[in-house]
Amino acid sequence: MSNNDPIVAPVESAAADEDIIIIRDLNKWFGQFHVLKSLNLNVKKGERIVICGPSGSGKSTFIRCINHLEVHQRGEIIVDGVLLNEDLKNIEAIRREVGMVFQHFNLFPHLSVLENCLLAPIWVRKTPRQEAIEIAMEYLERVKIPEQAHKYPGQLSGGQQQRVAIARSLCMKPKIMLFDEPTSALDPEMIKEVLDVMIELAGSGMTMLCVTHEMGFAKTVADRVIFMDGGECVEEGPPQSFFNNPQQPRTREFLDQILQH
Amino acid sequence: MAVHQPLPDLPPPPSERGVWGWFRQNLFSTWYNSIASLVVGYLLVIWLGPIINWAFISAVWTGEGSDDCQPGAACWIFIQQRLGFFLYGFYPDELRWRPNLIFVLFLITVVPQFFPRAPGRKWLALFGITGLPVLAFIFINGGYFGMESVATSRWGGLMLTLILAYVGIIAALPIGVLLALGRRSEMPVIRGICVTFIEFWRAVPLITILFMASVMLPLFLPDGVTFDKLLRALIGITLFQSAYMAEVVRGGLQAIPKGQYEAAQALGLGYWRSMRLVILPQALKIVIPGIANTVISLFKDTTLVLIIGLFDLLGAVRSTLSDPAWRSVAAEGYVFVALCFWIFCFGMSRYSQNLEKKLDTGHKT
Ligand SMILES: Nc1ncnc2c1ncn2[C@@H]1O[C@H](COP(=O)(O)OP(=O)(O)OP(=O)(O)O)[C@@H](O)[C@H]1O
Ligand SMILES: [Mg+2]
Repeated sequence: MSNNDPIVAPVESAAADEDIIIIRDLNKWFGQFHVLKSLNLNVKKGERIVICGPSGSGKSTFIRCINHLEVHQRGEIIVDGVLLNEDLKNIEAIRREVGMVFQHFNLFPHLSVLENCLLAPIWVRKTPRQEAIEIAMEYLERVKIPEQAHKYPGQLSGGQQQRVAIARSLCMKPKIMLFDEPTSALDPEMIKEVLDVMIELAGSGMTMLCVTHEMGFAKTVADRVIFMDGGECVEEGPPQSFFNNPQQPRTREFLDQILQH
Repeated sequence: MAVHQPLPDLPPPPSERGVWGWFRQNLFSTWYNSIASLVVGYLLVIWLGPIINWAFISAVWTGEGSDDCQPGAACWIFIQQRLGFFLYGFYPDELRWRPNLIFVLFLITVVPQFFPRAPGRKWLALFGITGLPVLAFIFINGGYFGMESVATSRWGGLMLTLILAYVGIIAALPIGVLLALGRRSEMPVIRGICVTFIEFWRAVPLITILFMASVMLPLFLPDGVTFDKLLRALIGITLFQSAYMAEVVRGGLQAIPKGQYEAAQALGLGYWRSMRLVILPQALKIVIPGIANTVISLFKDTTLVLIIGLFDLLGAVRSTLSDPAWRSVAAEGYVFVALCFWIFCFGMSRYSQNLEKKLDTGHKT
């Protein structure tokens, strides 16, 4: 590791230049269990992608591969021109540019809301503290909870915690945001406040990959919807055709089930 | 997950206030409570009475020597006359200002830790774990800046007890943390080394370790190479206690949900920063009672150095008791030792409780 710069993947064509995420032939096994089966995906800058599918289909595993929370065994992932391999420099370079929001918020309970938002900018980006505070307050305002900045996560409601988690990621000024079922641990009355923040974020041009079962959200903001089942990408397309005219029987079955109620 | 804001307690109704109110409410609220209170009170009087009489009322506080002692009464002359030896061992009289100076610095760093609002508390703590041990070595050992050096064989008493405990504590905690992290490492070699280390030291009694350090280690060293006995004891105690500390810390690490580490990773914090900024602050907080327990037992275990010929507080008192002039004052000696240990151990216990309260951010949901 003589050189500090991340290894930059060779750019093959002008079209690839625009793709901020390139995934080719991604395969992953948990022991004998083949979780991800040869997935391919190109994501353009500013594109918003919703991933859905039945429980256990590998959605979480898939997006967690993108920031190396899960290790893939075969295939290639290139994020913002950086090849994701075992090289720590590359992994860290990618994680700096990729924010992630978890189902269970995962805020740091020993730090106040503001400190949660300061931690990574100060220690990873080396932003001066005063500047980091300004950025953090700006994002806390954007998620509409600046007045909670000095509280601890344990004193907030679920919806507020999830909005803090989004602000915490945004403070790193990421180029890509990953969401793993951000609303599924929330009480129904709190889902909307989180979705509103996500819709606003989508409007600002953020590249987003979102695992969710909120089909309303998918219809409003997604550029593309991907349906996964059994570790495969079964179908993908723009929301209009995906919801109104699904091609695959498995997609139809799934949509019937979740759109019933 | 509702927002919870505890209100202050309301004042008690008037009849419940005051000493008499307290007695009525706590000791004589029912007839059987009253009987229990009276019986316990009676027992306290007949048991504690003689002890108080022995220790204070008829005790001999001043005098020339053992001839002034009275039978059936505590003879504190003994402590008073041998106090220098109990506190410093054979440390030369005219140089005792050096350990005294260090002890004053020690108090200056430690006492503010009990007061959350004390200014510069964190800097003092930092000084306490870095600068103080170095200064202590320079001043107590001597040999620098024209100070006469004092061989470690002359160190003793409470001073030695505090040195052993202090060095043991500030070295065992970080080593224990590293061992605990290593034991949970994904790298098999590191994990293997840490597991072996921990399981080895935990499975051997401290007495054996001290014997080995003082008797066996010299056998393996080349002729003419000596290795200070106190240093050997310190290394033995530190390694032994760090193995215990590692297991306490590991308990805390296991209690932290995986999501915390993942969130830190996803923010790009990397392994060491994730541990230092996110995982360890939470894990150590959970195991404060366990750490306090280990630290207190370490403090008391330092008395075992007696068996390798170091005169710590207990050793110093015991050795004085073999003096024919002071045959009959064993009880006084042990009471004094117990009191010294109690002050320090109780202090540590209180400190750990303070810390727990201070660090509580109300996230036990
Ligand atoms: N660490 C692991 N070890 C072994 N198997 C795992 C592990 N993590 C996930 N799996 C398995 O991999 C499959 C995919 O899991 P994943 O969490 O990606 O599914 P998902 O689509 O996100 O489901 P859900 O909607 O329930 O979140 C599941 O069958 C799961 O049991
Ligand atoms: Mg999932």
